[in-house]
Amino acid sequence: MEILYLLIPVSVVLVFAIAVAFWWSVRSGQFDDLEGPGFKILMDDDGPDIPTSAPTGKDDSGKV
Amino acid sequence: MSGTQTTYNDKVVRQFAVMTVIWGIVGMLVGVIIAAQLVWPELNIGFLHFARLRPLHTNAVIFAFGGCALFATSYWCVQRTSHARLWGGPLVPFTFWGWQIVILLAAITLPLGITQGKEYAELEWPIDILITLVWVSYALVFFGTIAKRTVSHIYVANWFFGAFIIAVALLHLVNSAAVPVSLTKSYSAYSGVQDAMIQWWYGHNAVGFFLTAGFLGMMYYFVPKQAGRPVYSYRLSVVHFWALIFTYMWAGPHHLHYTALPDWTQSIGMVFSLILLAPSWGGMINGIMTLSGAWHKLRDDPILKFLITSLSFYGMSTFEGPMMAIKTVNALSHYTDWTVGHVHSGALGWVAMVSIGSIYYLLPKLFGKTEMYSTKLMTVHFWIATIGTVLYIASMWIAGVMQGLMWRAVNADGTLAYSFVESVKGSYPFWAIRWLGGVLFLSGMLIMAYNMFKTMAGGKTQDAPVIIPAAHHA
Repeated sequence: MEILYLLIPVSVVLVFAIAVAFWWSVRSGQFDDLEGPGFKILMDDDGPDIPTSAPTGKDDSGKV
Repeated sequence: MSGTQTTYNDKVVRQFAVMTVIWGIVGMLVGVIIAAQLVWPELNIGFLHFARLRPLHTNAVIFAFGGCALFATSYWCVQRTSHARLWGGPLVPFTFWGWQIVILLAAITLPLGITQGKEYAELEWPIDILITLVWVSYALVFFGTIAKRTVSHIYVANWFFGAFIIAVALLHLVNSAAVPVSLTKSYSAYSGVQDAMIQWWYGHNAVGFFLTAGFLGMMYYFVPKQAGRPVYSYRLSVVHFWALIFTYMWAGPHHLHYTALPDWTQSIGMVFSLILLAPSWGGMINGIMTLSGAWHKLRDDPILKFLITSLSFYGMSTFEGPMMAIKTVNALSHYTDWTVGHVHSGALGWVAMVSIGSIYYLLPKLFGKTEMYSTKLMTVHFWIATIGTVLYIASMWIAGVMQGLMWRAVNADGTLAYSFVESVKGSYPFWAIRWLGGVLFLSGMLIMAYNMFKTMAGGKTQDAPVIIPAAHHA
């Protein structure tokens, strides 16, 4: 099972890489708010890609 | 904001979304053909022999259908949740056209018998190099967009998409290492049991990251969006992500139970497979409970029907998988149609349904419509797909357990009670039911294509402006 000399180091490196990513995300405040982000994606009113220049009435970019 | 405001790059999403449906039909048609070949062996002719078409089927449904769905949804999600246009300029169309060329090359080379013989990694080395180029571009585009995001938080779906992109790159590079001898022939860099271990390290992690993490990203964006409610627990979704990626990598050996692989390595694979039940079910419950308090929406929203049913199948197959990884269960299930049923419980029930639901969400938005051409046809599609999936899985369960029991049955004097061909004969009725299930699922995709083209007709294909992030009430 010499292949484990490749696979196990790969796993160890990966676990470290994942740990670093986790450490970075905690330190940089990614998880400071664990409620808001769920709501935020709902606030973007990404309706159909109706051209904003067209007078569709409802679009919020009336200044165009 | 004037008329020069930036827009999202929806063109590439549109291209991938449409091709998802087209490749879905192609891949599932090949699946129906090979299912028919098992029932009517006289259909095996020349290039269209089962052995040539089977890898074409798996490549087409996983990488063409599933791949296009992942590209479309990840590009949509990363732009919307980062409030930024896709980064990468010409790399973006390259990911689309490059991926389509990979698929076309697969469709040509596999029936010709040009193959590396590694399951789900059959494509020969020149195509592997193209895949690598496309994938690296994909990673650059995706992470480039994350880097230029205008909000500080990276939405959980993007973590799943990101892990999927990195893991698939690593798996592809290691498993496809080969020594070329000609343009169409190469030999694996590994041999014997080492090769088997690498192959299933790749194989199961491809299931884990291509067919699970990527589609979980899809789930975490499109289920809340379609339900109009935040994910049940955002906290749990973050725990789900880290638990899944920290524990996934060692489930592969369960594909090699009772082979030349050392016993202890098999046991490690079994243990890690069992551990996976926890994060998988955490995610499944989190997705389904998003509808908590709004179950009535399931009644008349076919998109939610697709999404929530896909999560149910995800829960079923991620329970079944760890059970089948237990050595004593595997002694019965290995090499039987039970495995095929398990795979399709995940492939049809989870991967295809969550993709179909997400693409139905995207199509009207991409073509300037408020909804799909026909909601009724979407509902019809849902029921046909569900019945097809259930017929497929149930027939394979019965056939698989029957095969396993027949193969291990011995007479009092120790001789085998059945010859192999008797188990083949006994499987015919179930293979016919499986074929019917596949036909139903394929018909659903044809209905989807009709609905899609009707929705596209007269649609406006203009990119949407980048939305200014909603004010944060701190």
